Amino acid sequence: MAKAKTISAHLSPATYRENIKKVPTRNGYGDGVVEAGEKNEKIVVLCCDLTESTRNKKFKETFPDRFIQMGIAEQSLAGIAGGLALEGKIPFISSYAAFSPGRNWEQIRLVACIQNQNIKIIGAHAGVSVGPDGATHQMLEDIAITRVLPNMTVLAPSDYLETKRAVLAAAELKGPVYIRFARSASPTFTTAKTPFKIGRAEILKDGSDVAIIGCGPLVHEALMAAKLLKEKGVDAMVVNSHTIKPLDHKTIAAVAKKCGAVVTVEEAQCTGGLGGAVAESLAKNQPTPMRFIGVHDQFGTSGTPDELIKEFELDRTAIAKAALEVIELK
Amino acid sequence: MLTIHDKKVQELEERSTEIRRDLIKMLTNAGSGHSAGPLDLTEIFVSLYFHVMNHKPKQPKWKHRDRLYLSCGHVCPIQYTVMAHAGYFPKKELMTLRKLGSRLQGHPEYGALPGLENTSGPLGNGSSQACGSAYSLRMDGSRSHVYCVMSDGELQEGITWESAMFAGKYRLNNMTWIIDRNNIQIDGNTEDIMPEEPLRDKFEAFNFHVMEVDGHNIRDLVDAIGQGHAVTEKPTVIIAHTIPGKGVPFMEYDFRWHGAPPGKLETETSPKKDKQMQVALNELRTLGGKIESEHE
Ligand SMILES: Cc1ncc(C[n+]2csc(CCOP(=O)(O)OP(=O)(O)O)c2C)c(N)n1
Ligand SMILES: [Mg+2]
Repeated sequence: MAKAKTISAHLSPATYRENIKKVPTRNGYGDGVVEAGEKNEKIVVLCCDLTESTRNKKFKETFPDRFIQMGIAEQSLAGIAGGLALEGKIPFISSYAAFSPGRNWEQIRLVACIQNQNIKIIGAHAGVSVGPDGATHQMLEDIAITRVLPNMTVLAPSDYLETKRAVLAAAELKGPVYIRFARSASPTFTTAKTPFKIGRAEILKDGSDVAIIGCGPLVHEALMAAKLLKEKGVDAMVVNSHTIKPLDHKTIAAVAKKCGAVVTVEEAQCTGGLGGAVAESLAKNQPTPMRFIGVHDQFGTSGTPDELIKEFELDRTAIAKAALEVIELK
Repeated sequence: MLTIHDKKVQELEERSTEIRRDLIKMLTNAGSGHSAGPLDLTEIFVSLYFHVMNHKPKQPKWKHRDRLYLSCGHVCPIQYTVMAHAGYFPKKELMTLRKLGSRLQGHPEYGALPGLENTSGPLGNGSSQACGSAYSLRMDGSRSHVYCVMSDGELQEGITWESAMFAGKYRLNNMTWIIDRNNIQIDGNTEDIMPEEPLRDKFEAFNFHVMEVDGHNIRDLVDAIGQGHAVTEKPTVIIAHTIPGKGVPFMEYDFRWHGAPPGKLETETSPKKDKQMQVALNELRTLGGKIESEHE
């Protein structure tokens, strides 16, 4: 078994401050895709009547000839991307995650995954933090339905900057990639110096009592939970597993070995989500007691993002509580 | 035969104004949600709930009720307001729209609020369920009629045409689709985003009986629905031409009000955000602002 890394990654000095700057991760996509488009003229963006809210406006204005308005038609969004990709384009297809990869999952399975094409699926409005729109729009099953597809890479970046870097990295990677992001603003706590590589989990804060492995904007809640735990004398490690597939089995086994207890954190169904992925990996490589922070076999509901994060027990207090529980099982 | 007297038309027009008032207050209070579609669907929902449909608000599961499937769930604020006025639940509950724990979810949820036939929000899924319901009712020899309210941008979803084919094949004459032809969707006007015309021809080609009406004219709406009932060999679709944001002058015809409530968006012609609700209530256009009016 690999030895655990002990160096914590570089983070913004504002990370633990209450007044940390908050930006929605979807903005990271909007800025990232323009930069990717400047580097590679094969990139085209397809959008289903959600130009503003999926943050495609800047791309549309910068590259009007490479922006394709699809109307409200997610199945054709994926199907047409298939033809574009077969002709050598790199389509970024975007909508709300509930509809793409939700509604068009079979088209994605066929054109992007079975054919192994260079298509990037951009899923906005993932998680309960979508807020007042309610259950139908809060996509929680996207990680499960994408990570099960052979050839697919699945990313859930944790803040604005990481989302931007994930988009740029996905543009360089050959093959289908799914990137999920959130609607509401969340802390930007990584910096240009924080390491980011698809397929690698990063230790953001070292620790030895429990490893909290998260993805998406809740990684910041995990860091805040570690701070709460410190006050209780518990030394928690925080790992950012922005790549859910291919999972960084090596790092995950190493941190589990070092800490002897694991909590996973995600704004998605734990079944089939990051929690499921980590459990599968540890069962094989490093059996370890676990707790799962995420949504447990339920749909979302209307409310404000903050209310819902508490209601579904995804906040720092809930994470810290789960950590204390799992430590008892060591 | 479905008919309507002048006095009833006038009563429903007045009711529509009251309902628009409550709708505006409700949306402003919610702080998010959709304005344009709900406002322009007022006469359609008022006609259905207060004149056309056979239903019992105190007995929402009544077996012989007509069914109303909503396909474009984002317009639910108008359905909620009309249902409250019809007696399904207390009007004061309208102020809970989109809040944690409310029965009035941001997109309507089957089971959350009695009287809703289906969950909607993901566009395109109402028409197919309406077909299934109509097919099932016919199997059971029921005389209930199935209505499906849909928006126009939503027609771009492929499933709409899959279910239209089904409805044509099985001659679902116990079903009427009502399309809110307001010409807008989120990114702009439908004909710019994904052209739908000639819409009438499309539905005729799918073996529907097609009618086009002024969606703010209650008499025309009711007459068209009644005429649809009389057609025995086909399903009916009513293309209801409406003005998005109908009733609130600073919202009318502007697609940007698709997904914003009063108080959350400022345009070149709108009042300042904090004044919008009051201005909307003060300037609420009633009969005079209709495409056609019989009572001027
Ligand atoms: C399957 C699906 N795709 C996308 C959306 C996001 N969306 C909600 S409303 C809307 C535009 C709808 O336009 P239209 O149907 O004409 O309704 P109107 O704006 O007239 O109320 C879109 C794209 C959705 N709810 N469902
Ligand atoms: Mg419309």
